[in-house]
Amino acid sequence: MHKEPLFHIVKRPAIEWYKSWAIRVLAVILALILAGIVTLALTGLNPLKVYATMVDGAVGTTRRCWALAQKTAMLLCIALALTPAFRMRFWNTGAEGQVLAGGMAAAAVMLKCGDLVPNWLLFILMFLSAIVAGAIWGVIPAFFKAKWGTNETLFTLMMNYIAIQIVGFFVLEWSVPKGSGQIGIINQNSQAGWIPPLFGQAYLINIILVALITVFVYVYIRYTKHGYEIDVVGESERTARYIGIDVKKVIIRTMILSGAICGITGFLLVAGSDHTITKDTAGGNGFTAIMVCWLAKFNPVWMILTSLLICFLQKGAGEIATMFQLNLSFADIITGIIIFFIVGSEFFINYRIIWRKKEKEDRK
Amino acid sequence: MEKIPALELKNISKKFGSKYANKGIDLKVYKGEILSILGENGSGKTTMLNMISGIYFPDEGQIYINGDAVTIASPNDAFRYRIGMIHQHFKLVDVFTATENIILGTEDEGKYDLKKYSKKVKEIADAYGFEIDPDKKIYEMSVSEKQTVEIIKVLYRGADILMLDEPTAVLTPQETRKLFDVLRRMKADGKAIIIITHKLHEVLDVSDKVAVLRKGAYIGTVNTPETNESQLTEMMVGQKVVLNIDRDDPVDPKDRLIVAHLNCFNHEGTKVLDDVTFTAKSGEILGIAGIAGSGQRELLETIAGLQPMVTGGVQYIDPATGKVEFLRDKTPQEIREMGIRLSFVPEDRLGMGLVGNMGTTDNMLLRSYLKGKGVFLQKEESRNLAEKVIRELDVVTPDAEFPVRRLSGGNVQKVLVGREIAAAPTVFMAAYPVRGLDINSSYVIYHLLNEQKKNGAAVIFVGEDLDVLLALSDRIVVIGSGTVTGIVDARTTTKEEVGLLMTKEVRKNA
Amino acid sequence: MSLVMFLQRMVIQGIPLLFGSTGEIITEKSGHLNLGIPGIMYVGAIGGVIGAFMYETGVGPENMVPALAILIPFICSVAMSLCMGLIYCFLTVTLRANQNVTGLALTTFGVGVGNFFGGSLIKLSSADVPSIALSATSNYFKTALPFADKLGAVGQVLFSYSFLAYAAIIIALVASYMLKKTRVGLHLRAVGESPATADAAGINVTRYKYVATCVGSIIAGLGGLYYIMDYACGVWSNNGFGDRGWLSVALVIFSTWKPDVAILGSMLFGALLIIQNYIPNLTMSAQELIKMTPYLVTIIVLVIVSARNKRENQPPAGLGLPYFREER
Repeated sequence: MHKEPLFHIVKRPAIEWYKSWAIRVLAVILALILAGIVTLALTGLNPLKVYATMVDGAVGTTRRCWALAQKTAMLLCIALALTPAFRMRFWNTGAEGQVLAGGMAAAAVMLKCGDLVPNWLLFILMFLSAIVAGAIWGVIPAFFKAKWGTNETLFTLMMNYIAIQIVGFFVLEWSVPKGSGQIGIINQNSQAGWIPPLFGQAYLINIILVALITVFVYVYIRYTKHGYEIDVVGESERTARYIGIDVKKVIIRTMILSGAICGITGFLLVAGSDHTITKDTAGGNGFTAIMVCWLAKFNPVWMILTSLLICFLQKGAGEIATMFQLNLSFADIITGIIIFFIVGSEFFINYRIIWRKKEKEDRK
Repeated sequence: MEKIPALELKNISKKFGSKYANKGIDLKVYKGEILSILGENGSGKTTMLNMISGIYFPDEGQIYINGDAVTIASPNDAFRYRIGMIHQHFKLVDVFTATENIILGTEDEGKYDLKKYSKKVKEIADAYGFEIDPDKKIYEMSVSEKQTVEIIKVLYRGADILMLDEPTAVLTPQETRKLFDVLRRMKADGKAIIIITHKLHEVLDVSDKVAVLRKGAYIGTVNTPETNESQLTEMMVGQKVVLNIDRDDPVDPKDRLIVAHLNCFNHEGTKVLDDVTFTAKSGEILGIAGIAGSGQRELLETIAGLQPMVTGGVQYIDPATGKVEFLRDKTPQEIREMGIRLSFVPEDRLGMGLVGNMGTTDNMLLRSYLKGKGVFLQKEESRNLAEKVIRELDVVTPDAEFPVRRLSGGNVQKVLVGREIAAAPTVFMAAYPVRGLDINSSYVIYHLLNEQKKNGAAVIFVGEDLDVLLALSDRIVVIGSGTVTGIVDARTTTKEEVGLLMTKEVRKNA
Repeated sequence: MSLVMFLQRMVIQGIPLLFGSTGEIITEKSGHLNLGIPGIMYVGAIGGVIGAFMYETGVGPENMVPALAILIPFICSVAMSLCMGLIYCFLTVTLRANQNVTGLALTTFGVGVGNFFGGSLIKLSSADVPSIALSATSNYFKTALPFADKLGAVGQVLFSYSFLAYAAIIIALVASYMLKKTRVGLHLRAVGESPATADAAGINVTRYKYVATCVGSIIAGLGGLYYIMDYACGVWSNNGFGDRGWLSVALVIFSTWKPDVAILGSMLFGALLIIQNYIPNLTMSAQELIKMTPYLVTIIVLVIVSARNKRENQPPAGLGLPYFREER
């Protein structure tokens, strides 16, 4: 009458690293297969051809490669900013707003001081103001988290929209020409505050800076006293208190850093590629970066791969959309599917399913 | 005709990871009977009850209810077989009222009417002599009130088989007596009762039969009238305990730590330390005895600077200079900066003393990561220390980077103690340092404590096993409900004397 | 610019948020912070659009049966939101995936689905403007109570809305009653507060989580349907839904997880969304600042609630944490 349940789930004690990566790779393959089926169903196109288009769209030409690298660098930079916060188990969902705050500050300086100060000073002012703005945006929720334990996920989330509206305000306030509703390209003629091309590549300085930030974050979390404190606080606040770490200080300090790096991303977006500011400057990357960071298990090196993967998919899917006259949102669907699979695959790494034993049934 | 047991376990086993928590358990309990499960910490008592109540699922074996083979895959199944469990860690929703918690998960015909349920709760409480306010929120309740809610919850559901997991650990002697009266009344009602405890006198007092577990294995069942403490102890620990712990006489004991009139409240605002006064001397082991939860943890945490003291103070006398330092309102960091080498092995090893997901090296860093100039970590020293601890204390680990969470209990403790003694402490405090450890690891720890004593540290040792406390300590401070009920010489005192002091009725100045 | 007009528009603005937040409250009460709500509302909207588009273009606006005109989009919307809810549940409940990541991915996915199908339909309808107008279907949805006009100002304010608007309020009231006064509500709250306790009490935690999340998704999806069929008069344009999904999440916090408070909150948020049109001499840029007030108010509420630390107003204790029974 009562049978043992069909299966039950137990936690895995440990898993070899190659097995866990095999599971992840399998998840991506399954996701691509499903995405292919979806593509076939929606468009009736040959999935293989579609994937070929995708690769072509992402890395088909030198120009596309550079565009992909730039996009990856920006996404990576935000994910890096989130890394210290996430390692501390501070769920900063406010990167979008922190990037915008930084971008806004940089754009404001670019716009207002472009003609007043020499270019090198302009860069420094833009850079610093972006850092300060991003840090302020990050530290406000951290302060309340430290003081009263205010839920940081929801707080940082709300901060995004305040940043968006503030950008909206300034965009209208400073719009060129007045009433057009957009700031337009800032310093179009003088190119003051534009990050110059290096070796003829517009994005190379951006990419180099992000590479430096990658190294910095990696070193910071792995080899510094601060990084160690972050890890201890993230793993166990009680242990942190036992050892005498000032948890509140660590929370606030770490969010200043997290916000500041987001601010730098804003600076790079404004000074290095867009040369303007809009509500869409962060373009949802603040949210995508959360997934990138999480998929990489908060490890900056893996993050290069995960951000590349996501950007590759988005660029590729964008090409499919143009090529087959679909809509650009197709990329979001594919991204969503892939993330669902990778996120889901973690279960099979952490847990094991034990099926009902055969011999038991035979006995009955 | 042979009586059919209300509940029977046959050859039940359960593994966590690669380790057996229960192995081949056989157990029978009849209606109108109280069965005690006796066993040391970590002998698998709770795991077994969790399988009966559907929290865990056994890997092997079969459970029978009234003679029928059954599968208990979920707590719901357990309720269907009228099994009720009172967990050691209460399973209550803090923001709910007593009534809401009690009716949780039940179904009945008719309207959902909290007033009606409150009345029913009150009736049950009155019938058994419990005092309870059905509309009080759990987060406003004391521990014994919460336990009352748990028991009424089970009675409300009309359970026939009741299981209580260490119900007396948190109770005062009077409350315990009251609880046992309730249990006897339920037994008279024809219910089968299983109670976990490791207090022998309680076992002999309340139960009809005693089943003994040792290290996850079932040892046997005896009828209570036919047994005595020494037989039960022998079954519980294996052979007769002849503790072979060295104890040298203290060399040149001097006052090191003077704890005076310490008062302390917990988060709920109840007084947990009440005018505690004692002195710890260099070169001696000061044992601290008491029923679990009498304030031992708060005492050590207050000294270590983890909990604020309301009144009173702690003085530290520097062995080199004889200077007196006041530790009141100092954080652990500040204490360290004052040059005081105070080491503390907390009760919760992985949750407080160590970081489970870090390796041995990184855990060594906890105490020393601020050392050295600059922003970078100096890992070299920790790595050497980790290697040394692993080598000298025989820590079984693949390497120094292997997460300590995945080490066995004894090895975890060796890592923690190894780190704490590395600083050559002048005060060494350890809370339940051998809990859950096998006999070999325990002796390693005893040896290390003795070594600290020899090095002239003031060692404060909070223990639960009286035999160990008597054999290892020089003096014993006995704590009951947050106050010091006596300080005795461990060489001359007896187990009975300490036991009496532990449960001594103390004046209550609220 | 009469007061009656203002109140009417306030309600129409508030209703989608009310749907969204009621759905999210039910979900969060089971311990799941579903950040996919914006995506789900998007999908709920496009579901309605797809259903309506098929029916309207299939039989032609003149031959439509009122009941079917409502039922087909409705069922499409519900079915698609349900699918989104199921994706979220399967990943976070069964596979115990990180809720924040799953939710955000669901929003990306949902917005993608919405804009993709929206874009495709726009292309199919080969209109000059980048939008689809389903005015015939919308008219059926917008049918108001017949006697509203006759009751003067009061009637206009109270009775001039379509059935979905009343449904939103009724659903919120029912949800509120369910959470406070029924056994199911008690069990649901227990699951969100302390799944281990609920489990030990014999409550099927997984089932409650699934049902709460799926029902929550369906309700949130109706917010999208209402937006498109009523507020937007059946006109779909990509990204037209804006940040209403996040506003719904904000509303959950604002109402401290109480659907009845959310009714009032949605009206307040609705008012804040349109108030700029009623303040004379307001510049375009100042309007942008006014649009951030709902978020600002939400943050203030969040901070006050955490500072006062009153137990009844806190987020469910188990929010965001996966539950595994044999966790040790």
